Amino acid sequence: MIDPTPVLEVEHLQIDFLTRRGTVHAVRDVSFTIGRGETLGLVGESGSGKSVTAQALLGMIELPGRIVGGDVRWKGESLVRGPHVRRTIERVRGQEIAMVFQDPMTSLDPVFTVGSQVVEVLRRHRRLSRKAAKARAVELLDIVGIANPTERISQYPFEMSGGMRQRVLIAMALACEPELLVADEPTTALDVTIQAQILELVAELQQELRLAVLLITHDLGVVAGVCDRVAVMYAGKIVEDAPAADLYATPAHPYSAALLRSTPRLDIVLDRLVAIEGAPPDLRRPPAGCAFATRCPFAIDHCREEQPRLEVFEPVPNAVGAGDAETLEELEQPARTERTVACFRAAEVREEVLS
Amino acid sequence: MGRYLSQRLVQGLVVILGVTTLVFVVTRMIGDPVNFILPLSASEEQRAALRADLGFDRSILSQFWSFLSDAVRLDFGESTYFRNEDALGIVRRFLPKTLQLVVAGMIVAFVLSVPLGAIAALRPGKLLDKFLVTLSLIGLATPQFFLGQVILLFTSVKFNLVQFGDGPWTHLIFPALTLALPAIGRLTMVVRSAMIDELNSQYVKAARAKGVSRRRIVGVHALRNAAIPFVTLFGWEVIRALAGYTLVVEAVFDWPGLGDLAILSIRERDFFLIQTIVFVVAVMVVLVNIVIDIAYKIIDPRVKIA
Repeated sequence: MIDPTPVLEVEHLQIDFLTRRGTVHAVRDVSFTIGRGETLGLVGESGSGKSVTAQALLGMIELPGRIVGGDVRWKGESLVRGPHVRRTIERVRGQEIAMVFQDPMTSLDPVFTVGSQVVEVLRRHRRLSRKAAKARAVELLDIVGIANPTERISQYPFEMSGGMRQRVLIAMALACEPELLVADEPTTALDVTIQAQILELVAELQQELRLAVLLITHDLGVVAGVCDRVAVMYAGKIVEDAPAADLYATPAHPYSAALLRSTPRLDIVLDRLVAIEGAPPDLRRPPAGCAFATRCPFAIDHCREEQPRLEVFEPVPNAVGAGDAETLEELEQPARTERTVACFRAAEVREEVLS
Repeated sequence: MGRYLSQRLVQGLVVILGVTTLVFVVTRMIGDPVNFILPLSASEEQRAALRADLGFDRSILSQFWSFLSDAVRLDFGESTYFRNEDALGIVRRFLPKTLQLVVAGMIVAFVLSVPLGAIAALRPGKLLDKFLVTLSLIGLATPQFFLGQVILLFTSVKFNLVQFGDGPWTHLIFPALTLALPAIGRLTMVVRSAMIDELNSQYVKAARAKGVSRRRIVGVHALRNAAIPFVTLFGWEVIRALAGYTLVVEAVFDWPGLGDLAILSIRERDFFLIQTIVFVVAVMVVLVNIVIDIAYKIIDPRVKIA
């Protein structure tokens, strides 16, 4: 189902925030691609730059934020610069790329009915009559699993639960049959049973509509069932980008490994939760070397001096043991299923994980 | 809605009763009206006779009882200053002038403060915003008695642009502006801060992500949400204008409204007229409040009135 030609290409994206206390380099060189129908998980802790990256995909970076480098290309057209960028963004936003936000409780305008807010998108992007738009809105609410859509459509957001509202927001996002859905922590504000329902809904819709999905979360558990590929972000950079199964089985970046360890699991009994020691660096003054070095058990002097680049990491199949230190190499043209890692010590990390 | 209205009307009656009682008590403490009606040369017998005629020789409770029982029939007695004229009739003669002034002033305030506040909120901290904020602060900090006299000095006295006092609608322009200016200052600040809040809210971000145009986000989504705090303050401005500021503005511009009448009736210790004026103003304040509540319900579906 995954088309190898990417619809979205993010290349060396850099985003700064100008604050009173200095410039925060929130996104520092982020690159990834998403193929048609592919689901990419973007994982990282709060402040790692994942939401800012997501907003850049819709051209929504506004002062004090500023894209200072790199590019975002949607089907070949830049969403960052160029003479037609405004028109492109206007066309793409809400129509070809749609977004669902973290907090369903506040993402709807409280003083308008949910129906009118769905109709608003339809009438903005599709030349539909009021009546036709309303009929389509009912249909959409039905698609996202809202019972009695004809009645629900004239209700206000405050008359709905959080899960319901998130369904409405998803319906709104799907209104114009987008090709990419950016879901920024869509389940964080919901309770666990509703989380599962919403994720299932996203997965279903993704299958039916051949939708590409960028799922942003800080919860690796959320990503596991849904994503084809996972990109792990740390301190404004992607540190590892791998097929979901590979990442879970054998994380190659020490941060991914630590993140996996700190995700509570039911099948392993621990007497306490595992936290990652230390804190992420201050992004007003990012370190010269690897941003994770100060918290990393594998760090060597080299890590603190030079930034590791995101490079293709090719594990030797089935080979576990000594002498695998030379498994880091750069390929000319990485295939889509490749795994990339930004770590000088990736081989050692993997070895430790396997042992 | 019907139940709500009847509830509010009952509450309103309690407020009106409270206010009229208070005024009744206060008027009995500010002096003897008989001294103001009769000439200084009047004999003690004449004074006593008039006092008995007006009922001021009775106990205060007995006076209050007859005041209340007459008031429910909307009979507020006769003015002692305008001899033998029905007090309510006098108030009704002066009321339209005050209503003209308040309505004109509040329309000006509404029409100017909403766009000014919204424009300032579009680019907070920028030059235009700072300019509008400074202007608003000057507006809201200038007392009306001063502002009115400055305006009067320049428009009528120095340049003779318009006349003042009673007259055609052109005479209303500057009193209405004087009434409106401090309100414009306050309301602009409220619209501005409410719009800034709304424009930074999550639903605005979500609407942008949907591709909704900036014009629609500002003019439809943010404005309607910002209207909620605005309506509260606007209602308050109407009430303050009606029950207070007109007094000053009418006095400065010699505008023959209720405020002018109120000052006169207090000066002349015209108890019955004072009571009638306060009663009528209290009724209007209660009605304005009910209208505000209904406006709330229309703007914000979360407000339950039942």
